Amino acid sequence: MDTNSFIEHFAEAIDVEASRLSTQTEFRQLDEWDSLAYMSIIAMIDEEYSMQIEQLEFKKLVTLQDVIDYIEKSK
Amino acid sequence: MSYLNYNNVGITAISAAVPKRVIKNREYTEFFTKEEADAIVDKTGIEERRFADVETCSSDLCFAAAEKLIEDNNINREEIDLLVFISQTPDYRMPATSCTLQHRLGLPNSTIALDITLGCSAFLYGLSVVYGMMERSGLRKALLLDGETRSKVYSPRDRRSAFLFGDGGVAALIERDPKYGKSTFSLNTDGSRANLIMIPAGGYRKMSSAETVVEKVVDEFGNMRSDEQGYMMGGDVFNFVIREIPRDIKGTLAYAKKTVDDFDYVVFHQANNFINSYIAKKMKLNTEKIPSTIAKFGNTSSVSVPLTIVSELQGKLDGNKELLLTAFGVGMTWATAIVPFVDCKISNIVEVEHGTAV
Repeated sequence: MDTNSFIEHFAEAIDVEASRLSTQTEFRQLDEWDSLAYMSIIAMIDEEYSMQIEQLEFKKLVTLQDVIDYIEKSK
Repeated sequence: MSYLNYNNVGITAISAAVPKRVIKNREYTEFFTKEEADAIVDKTGIEERRFADVETCSSDLCFAAAEKLIEDNNINREEIDLLVFISQTPDYRMPATSCTLQHRLGLPNSTIALDITLGCSAFLYGLSVVYGMMERSGLRKALLLDGETRSKVYSPRDRRSAFLFGDGGVAALIERDPKYGKSTFSLNTDGSRANLIMIPAGGYRKMSSAETVVEKVVDEFGNMRSDEQGYMMGGDVFNFVIREIPRDIKGTLAYAKKTVDDFDYVVFHQANNFINSYIAKKMKLNTEKIPSTIAKFGNTSSVSVPLTIVSELQGKLDGNKELLLTAFGVGMTWATAIVPFVDCKISNIVEVEHGTAV
């Protein structure tokens, strides 16, 4: 997976500047993160990567790199 | 994967009732800020909902809708041989609310009356049960009543559910007639996800006690609710909807050898605009054929599909029409149905206050 495009998709989904994010960003620490942002991320992951991450699994993911790794591993 | 087919039964007429009290979500700021309320409304598309007062139950909404239906269509009460009441907010834990409604509506003692306890997909389930009984010989007319007071279920201090749900009730007259032709239902269940949407206490697994009514902080965002109020794991509900609903619609259409274009209208469970728009986009559906009441009534659980039909399709179901209905939610259960409507009579929506129509 292209890391940059993942970060761009993630940023667009929760409406923040992509330049504010990196693979090491702990996304739950962002001011924009809430249950509504989470819904947007679910939609983005389905749309771009054709998969769903169960809530219990998603809770274990801390950084954007964790999300990328999870998606890669699940493919 | 199985599909249920019925022949020559259909909804002759349908009516609905909602509480008179309007809750404007952008002004629903007792526990949350205006900014929070606006952000939620922008995302969910739910501008307004109707809230029942303390004197109004699901049964009262259905009673008002049923009286309107009977009056508008000159239905002889003596000919109503079957009454099915759908709700997860019944009047009592016993007796069944359908029994009290049989009496209130002045129906004969020979009326078969029973309750169905299911959530958002329940109108489709209820329709299939009534169609099954009506397709046999013997019964003359059936009333399918579906009512919910979801406003009484969820905590106003839990932002994940406080802005979504509203109340309403519907009544449908179902009869046998060759003009209807064939109906097809796909009804599904995944009880492994029973914990996704739940009211944990107040039943017999965890009975009511002083402890179950205490409101507690339940997450890092400070949301509060008691164990007798509902919760929803929104992320997994959305994951479930994304995975199952398009598949069920496609499967049902393939079985019936139809395409979405064959239908006059596609009526979805009114979950919220974010979920519904996403499914429509994912399935590349023509949104002009998808009526919506999300903005004005919110999510009324099982009532949302028939309430949307009454609210949005009045005057549009003359002649032969075919509708695709899809609903999903607590259980988890999900359902898709292909239902013909022929000259269906739709009453004006009734408003209810203090338990009676106004």
